[in-house]
Amino acid sequence: MAQLSIKDYLRESQLFLSRALAAATLVVLLLLLLVGRLVYLQIQNHAHYTTLSKDNRVKIEPLPPTRGLIFDHEGRILAQNLPAYSLEIVPEKAGDVDATIQALSRLIPIGEEDLKRFQRLRRQRRRFDSIPLRVRLSDREVARIAVNRHRYPGVDIRATLLREYPFAAETAHLLGYVGRINEQELQRIDTSNYSGTNYIGKNGVEKSYEGLLHGEVGLQQVEVNAKGRVLRVLESQPPTPGDNLKLYIDMRLQEAALRALGDYNGAVAAIDVETGGVLALASKPGFDPNLFVEGISSKAYQALKESPDKPLFNRAIRGQYPPGSTVKPFIGLAGLEAGVVQFHQETYCPGYYQLPGKEHKYRDWKKWGHGKVDMHKAIVQSCDVYYYELARTLGIDRLHDFLAKFGFGQRTGVDLNGELPGLLPSRAWKRRSRQEPWYPGETLIVGIGQGYFLTTPLQLASATATLASRGRRIQPRIVETIIRPDGTRLPTLSRVTQLPQVDSMHWEEIIAAMTDVVESPHGTARRIRSPDYRIAAKTGTAQVFTLAQEEEYDEETVAKRNRDHALFIAFAPVQKPRIAVAVIVENGGHGGSVAAPIAKKIMDLYLLNKSDTPDE
Amino acid sequence: MNDIPRAGLSLQDSQPARATGLLASLHLDLPLLTGLLLLTAVGLLILYSAGEQNMQLLERQGIRFAIAYGAMVLLAQIHPDDLRRWSPWLYGLGIVLLVATILVGQTGKGAQRWLDLGLFRFQPSEILKLALPMMIAWYLAEKRLPPSGPRLLAAGALTLVPVLLIAKQPDLGTALLVASAGVFALFLAGISWQLIAALGALMAALGPAVWFLMHDYQRQRVLTFLNPESDPLGAGYHIIQSKIAIGSGGLAGKGWLNGTQSHLEFLPERHTDFIFAVISEEFGLVGVLALLSLYLYIILRGLYIASQAQDTYGRLLAGTLTLVFFVYLFVNTGMVTGLLPVVGVPLPLISYGGTSLVTLLAGFGILMSIHTHRKLLPT
Repeated sequence: MAQLSIKDYLRESQLFLSRALAAATLVVLLLLLLVGRLVYLQIQNHAHYTTLSKDNRVKIEPLPPTRGLIFDHEGRILAQNLPAYSLEIVPEKAGDVDATIQALSRLIPIGEEDLKRFQRLRRQRRRFDSIPLRVRLSDREVARIAVNRHRYPGVDIRATLLREYPFAAETAHLLGYVGRINEQELQRIDTSNYSGTNYIGKNGVEKSYEGLLHGEVGLQQVEVNAKGRVLRVLESQPPTPGDNLKLYIDMRLQEAALRALGDYNGAVAAIDVETGGVLALASKPGFDPNLFVEGISSKAYQALKESPDKPLFNRAIRGQYPPGSTVKPFIGLAGLEAGVVQFHQETYCPGYYQLPGKEHKYRDWKKWGHGKVDMHKAIVQSCDVYYYELARTLGIDRLHDFLAKFGFGQRTGVDLNGELPGLLPSRAWKRRSRQEPWYPGETLIVGIGQGYFLTTPLQLASATATLASRGRRIQPRIVETIIRPDGTRLPTLSRVTQLPQVDSMHWEEIIAAMTDVVESPHGTARRIRSPDYRIAAKTGTAQVFTLAQEEEYDEETVAKRNRDHALFIAFAPVQKPRIAVAVIVENGGHGGSVAAPIAKKIMDLYLLNKSDTPDE
Repeated sequence: MNDIPRAGLSLQDSQPARATGLLASLHLDLPLLTGLLLLTAVGLLILYSAGEQNMQLLERQGIRFAIAYGAMVLLAQIHPDDLRRWSPWLYGLGIVLLVATILVGQTGKGAQRWLDLGLFRFQPSEILKLALPMMIAWYLAEKRLPPSGPRLLAAGALTLVPVLLIAKQPDLGTALLVASAGVFALFLAGISWQLIAALGALMAALGPAVWFLMHDYQRQRVLTFLNPESDPLGAGYHIIQSKIAIGSGGLAGKGWLNGTQSHLEFLPERHTDFIFAVISEEFGLVGVLALLSLYLYIILRGLYIASQAQDTYGRLLAGTLTLVFFVYLFVNTGMVTGLLPVVGVPLPLISYGGTSLVTLLAGFGILMSIHTHRKLLPT
């Protein structure tokens, strides 16, 4: 320790003394502040607090906010709140809760599920909170309880608002649904903001916009008498309702898409090329989301879950399909850009392709071949051999890098939960996931959109929109505008990225070829030619079932579930594109015959018969 | 070193300098002991009311007080020079135990605070409430005061390590108390007012920056934390009920055992953190002023003892322990009256519960030791 001189010692002692005095002053000042607060509470506001405490019980009740509504682009209501009656019990007032429930179950049916939910909520909430026992009471049930209510203290019928989806199955995947808050969700949410709320968005728009749709809880301080009756409201802070959402979705297109799919399972995604707004996002089959709002019975849920058609599965953003020939325009562009091929440079298609020194024949869909083929013909007639060769020349690395720019293998970033990224295979991916090298043959089948290559319908529509706008890649969006309770309209924003410079001549060559897919008498989608506007498109067929080398695919003999998926991408009008569509028809066979007419119906509706009613 | 200036606080030492008899031989300070015993008596009286006249509760608290006073007497016997030698070791032990708590600690009420020692469980963070002031006092007393820049930084680091470890448990209340101990030790050590002002300004400037970096939900939590009334169904519920209890107490109170807010179960945690509301309701402003006077008396006596200490270590330690006692008082009463956000800090020597009781009285034992082991007492 340092030797301290007397002088230092004195100085330190003085310093400490002054600090101790400063501290004492601070202590006294803070205590005076405290006393001031006490005088404020105990003298100035004594009367106020006496009223609050005197013989009365002050309770704080949450006032749940009204959930925001969801509208389609033309103002049709897609999700709303309808009044319904529920039977609730306040355990503190009921006394013997079990006996009360016993008695009530003699008046109206109370199921096993109701009891389980009641017990769970009872554990989570305070004794003087009202806990729902039965919901969606019929008028008869309301009457039976009302007549007998005086016999059961703490039992009450409450009018609540229940979520309802007027379009039911047509919007099931898109909007999702709300359901009772479960244990896991309880961990995530701000419990006080949800103290009056029983429901939370489980899926789709309801889930991804939960924070906006829910709103802010309000509260009231109420005075209740000894029996728990509310005598008067002391203070009330109204809840802030949730925001309303206006979607880009046009229900006419959505309905048309589902209707056009007919009995097939599949998905349709339509995007506004300019805004990235999703005009239709359909997945078939669907289910009735209204069943989920009040808790679906486990039997009905099992049936949905175990159905081979997988109705709960949102094919539009989670279904991953090989894109088949629909990738040919993209790969053609890759070839032109890389300079490995000229648009009018011809190659010969004998109906099959072989790697040098290999036995295996990679077959064309046209058994006898297309003869002399350039890129235009290869797109219009969907020649496989041309693309085998192009893919081999490009190699997997260049293919992967170019296709990635269009968003293949990546989530589109649409404002919905649970989107899957598809799969754009690469050397690195194969080494990582399979610990295998890349084989040249695999490059060939990537060239016709088969093999490991997977896309989601929305991803395919988004890539088509990028193609249509000549390289302007825009993040697809479901919600167009957020409408605050005060009427303020907040537009949502999409991320826009411009593709690196692509020779404009190459765009026009590819788009011209895609136009001839519809316009040319040899085009694979010639049947949907429209006299009113011009469509650029590409058909595709994705194999579900791999044939042995010498076998032939025969639609008649292959079981329905193993039939090829039909794919179709299109945009229109060619010169000033407004809409891009991707259609996938599961087990639909050829893209040109089954999937193309579905896209056509949507484009006709959007481009020719657009409703004139203003939506503002 | 005989001519120590006696320019002291107004609160004069009423104890005969060479007190004979039991108190002197036990190294106890009569004025401080009187204040503490009075507070204890008041505390038990209020606990009897707040705890629904539950004698078992009172007995348990009585046993805790017995243990705590035992610890006080024990510590008063230890010479401050010995305490000083042990300071770094005790601090080191405290840090090791804190780390152990985080690694293998028991979870109680959702936070890892307890260390199971087989026979009993305890909170290592409690050790730091004494060990940190001892450590800082030891460190700063080594060199001349006020401390130089680097030593100031080192002292800051010595404080920050246990504070962060405790905050991680998470135990915000204890972290706050331990942090305040470090801050007060530095303040008493005489760091310049300019530096204090600069640090204050820095904190104020950092606030918005941190705010910017936070996620939305974190901001929401901070808002609720700063303004519990915005969360009347969660933390705010306590405050609303507590304010009703205090306000309805009025000038004279509703009388002992007659607090309706407390006895109708509206006031949560009424025998622990919110016991101040019970006092206010039953004894009114008059009673609360009397209680606060008693606290003020103990604090001023503590500061007086600090100013009379004969070396830097003793001064800093005694002063810091006294001011931390005040922080207990102010944070708790501030919270209960709605002046401060809700932080789990008990009303010192009155709230039901054992851990803080033992540390607090052990701290007063150290104060008594410092005061009664002075080398030269004036005759």
